[in-house]
Amino acid sequence: MSEERIRVLLAKPGLDGHDRGVKVIARALRDAGMEVIYTGLRQTPEQVVAAAVQEDVDAIGLSILSGAHMTLFPRVVELARQEGLGDVIIFGGGIIPDEDIPRLKELGVSELFTPGARMEDIIQFIRKNAHQAST
Amino acid sequence: MSAIDLTTPLEEAEREWEERTLEPALKRAPETKGRFTTVSLAPVERLYTPNSLPDFDYEAELGFPGEPPYTRGIHATGYRGRLWTMRQFAGFGSAFDTNKRFKYLLDHGQTGLSVAFDLPTLMGYDSDHPFSEGEVGKCGVAISSLADMEVLFDEIPLEQVTTSMTINAPASMIFAMFLGVAEKQGADWKRVGGTIQNDILKEYIAQKEWIYPPRPSMRLIVDTIEFCTNEVPRFNPISISGYHIREAGSTALQELAFTLRDGIEYVQYAIDRGMDVDDFAPRLSFFFNSHNDFFEEIAKYRAARRIWYKVMTERFGAKNPRSWALRFHTQTAGVSLTAQQPLNNIVRVAIQALAGVLGGTQSLHTDAYDEALALPSDEAALIALRTQQIIAHESGVANTVDPLGGSYFLEKLTRDMEDGAFEYFRKIDDFGGMIEAIEAGFPQREIHDASYEFQKAVEARDKVIVGVNDYVMKEEPADVNILQIDESVAELQSERLKKLRSKRDSARVEKTLSNLASGARAGENTMPLLLDCVRAYATLGEMCEALRPVFGEYQEPAF
Repeated sequence: MSEERIRVLLAKPGLDGHDRGVKVIARALRDAGMEVIYTGLRQTPEQVVAAAVQEDVDAIGLSILSGAHMTLFPRVVELARQEGLGDVIIFGGGIIPDEDIPRLKELGVSELFTPGARMEDIIQFIRKNAHQAST
Repeated sequence: MSAIDLTTPLEEAEREWEERTLEPALKRAPETKGRFTTVSLAPVERLYTPNSLPDFDYEAELGFPGEPPYTRGIHATGYRGRLWTMRQFAGFGSAFDTNKRFKYLLDHGQTGLSVAFDLPTLMGYDSDHPFSEGEVGKCGVAISSLADMEVLFDEIPLEQVTTSMTINAPASMIFAMFLGVAEKQGADWKRVGGTIQNDILKEYIAQKEWIYPPRPSMRLIVDTIEFCTNEVPRFNPISISGYHIREAGSTALQELAFTLRDGIEYVQYAIDRGMDVDDFAPRLSFFFNSHNDFFEEIAKYRAARRIWYKVMTERFGAKNPRSWALRFHTQTAGVSLTAQQPLNNIVRVAIQALAGVLGGTQSLHTDAYDEALALPSDEAALIALRTQQIIAHESGVANTVDPLGGSYFLEKLTRDMEDGAFEYFRKIDDFGGMIEAIEAGFPQREIHDASYEFQKAVEARDKVIVGVNDYVMKEEPADVNILQIDESVAELQSERLKKLRSKRDSARVEKTLSNLASGARAGENTMPLLLDCVRAYATLGEMCEALRPVFGEYQEPAF
């Protein structure tokens, strides 16, 4: 089965500098054969979405451990919609309290990975959903 | 013709034991793993005996407590004279909220304060800056000016309570605000005690909260060291930190080696400024993590003291014994806490805290069990403090000095830590120093590799994390009452800043800020200039901004 390499943008929006998780995920996705673009730290939602457009990605992964997810995740989703990235899946990870998850999903974040999530599960999630989006 | 047999009788005895007892035992019941490792994935042997420590020299390697090489601690009486300081890191919401938490902790027997600032403050932005949106008061307290600092320490006498502040890139600005409050309280700066973290190197390496590039940042730090030495002699102007290096995924050895090598860098830069090492080295303090691997952590602290003694005497020629003794704060490992079955974290924290105490820490923060979920609630913060009190008063470990000293396993680990750290020092020296190593991405890559290896070990279940990859429960009993910070803090802060800007003498603010920039350009010590800005109620953001054109901004190189 021939498949195009899935392209994933990983981003750290906001001021949060905790990048251990996002870097581990970047490496795991690369090892799983995906094309990974990591924005680096402290990107505004506008910068994240601009990068997603420019890099023509299949998925955007957002990482926040500072508690600003309710402000920043929805803004990325909103901007992505405005830019016509409707088929790009947006997922997130970090310290996200359980009670925030339903609201974030309602707003268009496809999945949230919280502490203890397995790299393998994230890889599977992207494979499954990025393919659905592109077919 | 046979070579001379150098085997000692004890080595011979151990070999006989292996044949006589071990091998049959292994045949009957093989071990559960081929390879046993620490949480840092360092190998651990089956058994340690005096044979594990060839040429062991008690006086040279351990000595007596309060004397070089300080392996057994820096105080002759250990904790018998004085317990460690129980210093819980706290900060959230507004200065009003955190002031209330401080008083709560002091009322329940905490003996020192430790301030957590929110991300905008840590990055040098005012609460009403566009970058601050969504972050105000979230993972610490929002402090934008002296007015906020006055509220933070309201009714807390700074001459009596020592205060530690976790602040780095804008440390000198926040320290100036702190001194401003002390001044307003009528406290004598010569009697005010505490610590600012002020360790920018580990920011580039691990925590990633920077403003300016490394060299101007080092200059700001040396300014604070020089200023404290002369004006605030009981204050620790820096807390050289391994905590964040470890949280970013390093091994215990990397934490130890990079932290102490950072320490060497600061000492060298201060000496290069023209300071005498013995004038400032007694006020250098350190900050380490305490992770789950009990003996590895204890070995790390004991090795740290021994290495620092050697560094100070051999590398820097320090003559004052107070320069030789490494003092440190410990915090239990936030990264080890699980969101799953969160009450289990109380046990993890207790084990980690015990390691800190057995390692001879001077002060200790115990994490609250709900920290993988959110900021600590009052209840969780109290249990964390109680954990320390139980160790101090019930466990008996504080009754004698360095109770684990002489353990074959521990002394071997301590030796390995020391050897490994000096090996890293050599590598970093080969880059030309820590700043050069950071610019080359060396410590960052080492940490990243270690964190990836650990994550793989967890997913392969080579490392079991209870409740996460084993002993998982379907129904999570995670009915934890967590503390949530809403946007009202940001609104309050914006309101306060607006009022402040309209009420203060703006000509004076402008003048002090321009003096700051020109003084910084001219190479003056920035601390007195910052104090003038603070007294005029210049904001944190304004002070940091004033120095951007002078110092530039740091951009992380891509690795």
